[in-house]
Amino acid sequence: MLGSGILKGLAVTAKNFAGSYHDPKRMVTVEYPEQRTVLPENYRNFPFLVSENATDAMGTLRCVACQICEKECPPQCIIIEKSKDKKPDASGKMQLYPAVFGIDTSVCMSCQICVEVCPFDAIKMDQVFEIAATNRFEGLFLDREKLAKPNSYYHQIHPTEAAEVDARLTADRNAAAEKAKAAAAAKAASPVAKPLDEPRRSSPSEGGPATPGQ
Amino acid sequence: MSAALGTEPFLERAPLELRDWFVRLLPEPLQWLTHNLITIVAILAVFGLFFAFTTVAERKLLGRVQNRRGPNRAGLPKFSIFGGWHIKHKLWGLTQPFADAIKALTKEDIVPAEADKLLHFLAPVIVVAFSLMTFAVLPFGRHYIPVELDVALLYFFAAGSATELAIFMAGWSSRNKYSLLAAMRALAQLISYELPLILSVVPVVLVTGTLSTQNVVLAQGSWTFGFLPHWFVFTPWGFAGFVIFLIAALAESNRSPFDLPEAESELIAGHLTEYSGFKYALFFMAEYFGLTALSGLGVTIFLGGWQAPCEFLQIIPSYLWFMGKLVLMIVFFIWVRGTLLRLRIDQLTRLSWKFLVPLALINLFNGGFWALTADVSWPWQIARWAVSIVVVVVPFFFMGRRLSAGYTPRTYRYAP
Repeated sequence: MLGSGILKGLAVTAKNFAGSYHDPKRMVTVEYPEQRTVLPENYRNFPFLVSENATDAMGTLRCVACQICEKECPPQCIIIEKSKDKKPDASGKMQLYPAVFGIDTSVCMSCQICVEVCPFDAIKMDQVFEIAATNRFEGLFLDREKLAKPNSYYHQIHPTEAAEVDARLTADRNAAAEKAKAAAAAKAASPVAKPLDEPRRSSPSEGGPATPGQ
Repeated sequence: MSAALGTEPFLERAPLELRDWFVRLLPEPLQWLTHNLITIVAILAVFGLFFAFTTVAERKLLGRVQNRRGPNRAGLPKFSIFGGWHIKHKLWGLTQPFADAIKALTKEDIVPAEADKLLHFLAPVIVVAFSLMTFAVLPFGRHYIPVELDVALLYFFAAGSATELAIFMAGWSSRNKYSLLAAMRALAQLISYELPLILSVVPVVLVTGTLSTQNVVLAQGSWTFGFLPHWFVFTPWGFAGFVIFLIAALAESNRSPFDLPEAESELIAGHLTEYSGFKYALFFMAEYFGLTALSGLGVTIFLGGWQAPCEFLQIIPSYLWFMGKLVLMIVFFIWVRGTLLRLRIDQLTRLSWKFLVPLALINLFNGGFWALTADVSWPWQIARWAVSIVVVVVPFFFMGRRLSAGYTPRTYRYAP
């Protein structure tokens, strides 16, 4: 009969209304500033720079200022200036470091291309979303100091991905150390042999971090 | 009116006594003016606040219907006069309408360069003025009617339909083709539903033999066995009339499921496209005033007005009964808004012309029958009720079948 569907609909909404007072499971929203949902591990927002050490963040940045991300960035929001001197990186090799590294988050579109092209696992996606600022130029432009976050933080927000990256980096460092040892041994055995041009890093899975589910 | 006042209980006469005491303080020439000004200020204050809290109730109820909480953040701001101390409690978000009002007031008021400036300004003023004028003839209590007119119902519908003029004014003066088309469409809807709205009220006029709202309420003021009220909604023709009235009132006040003139998710804002800031808020306000006035008329005509539902409940003042019934009507309208989907324009006009208008005409006949058979002895009363019910239900059933012919529950087939 005409109108019976309307009555059924009214009953459904009345049930919702009454249920919302006594059944917290029905509620689809959270009271945001007080309550927070757990972010999914794959959630990503603006990038950050990984440093090995929390106490000396500037000294232990993984970034070697190769500027690949700066060139790849589609909206051109990354600014890098190379340093004049070199500092030893985590494996003891002398490397350049970024004297200036800035990301304009008002331009950044969180596409993750910088992360995918980085051969040093130095830039990763962060999970911060409360970046409201009163000044668009100072508040939203993140410099080197604001971008640097320790590896432990990376483990905290993306545990699976960070474990893979760490395993790969350790394997690479061990391989490099063994190769150096072998080269030193070979040099000692035949000093006339020309030393091999040692690749800095030879990862079999080149092309970005292996994100879970990829 | 004031002669009978002395015998009333204290709560019933307290507001009027206060008004008369204040009026008597003034010199004689000012008394008439002050008397009426106080009435106007009282209506503006009561229904202004009623509007404010209707908006917040609407948002909260709609939220609950959708399993959300609704607005609950707006507390009181920090006032510097208290030296930094302020109330930390959010007051359940009840101050939200005042924050909204401040927002609307401080917003930029944009008038299109090509607009007809005068009409563009007048439209929101007129729409609020006419929707407020309808409150003048509503009996809010036993002794609380601002203007006692013999032709109150006629006045109510005349003032109510004048708001349609303002809507067209708004669409025309904006000099925006979308606004103009939307205003024309709004007019088509409002005129379509004006007819069933008025036709649903006519049986009441037939039965009571009066156009005065106060007399309509007085005609509903008796009880069978002391607890069965003689409200018109409890008669077959009254119930049918009430349902038609509810549907037409929804359409007349542009509310979901008939909110096509300014369908937020489909149009920009219909005839309100070029309005911003406080002028927009005025249209919004007029819409709620119109809804409240129509609800008040529905309460007056079908739900016994300020009459108590049982004889012994008359100890509660009559104006509280009126306001309680009014709140129930508003809550029902909000509930409907949270439930039903918006109609298409062809469905909308078809519902009116092919269903509501014929049904209202049949109900008019039914009301006439009821008025003619008022004095029959009680065994014949059963036959009177049966005939009246059949006259309403049978056409409803057949016309409903015709209206929904060809509409079966939809089955969705997904691509394999």
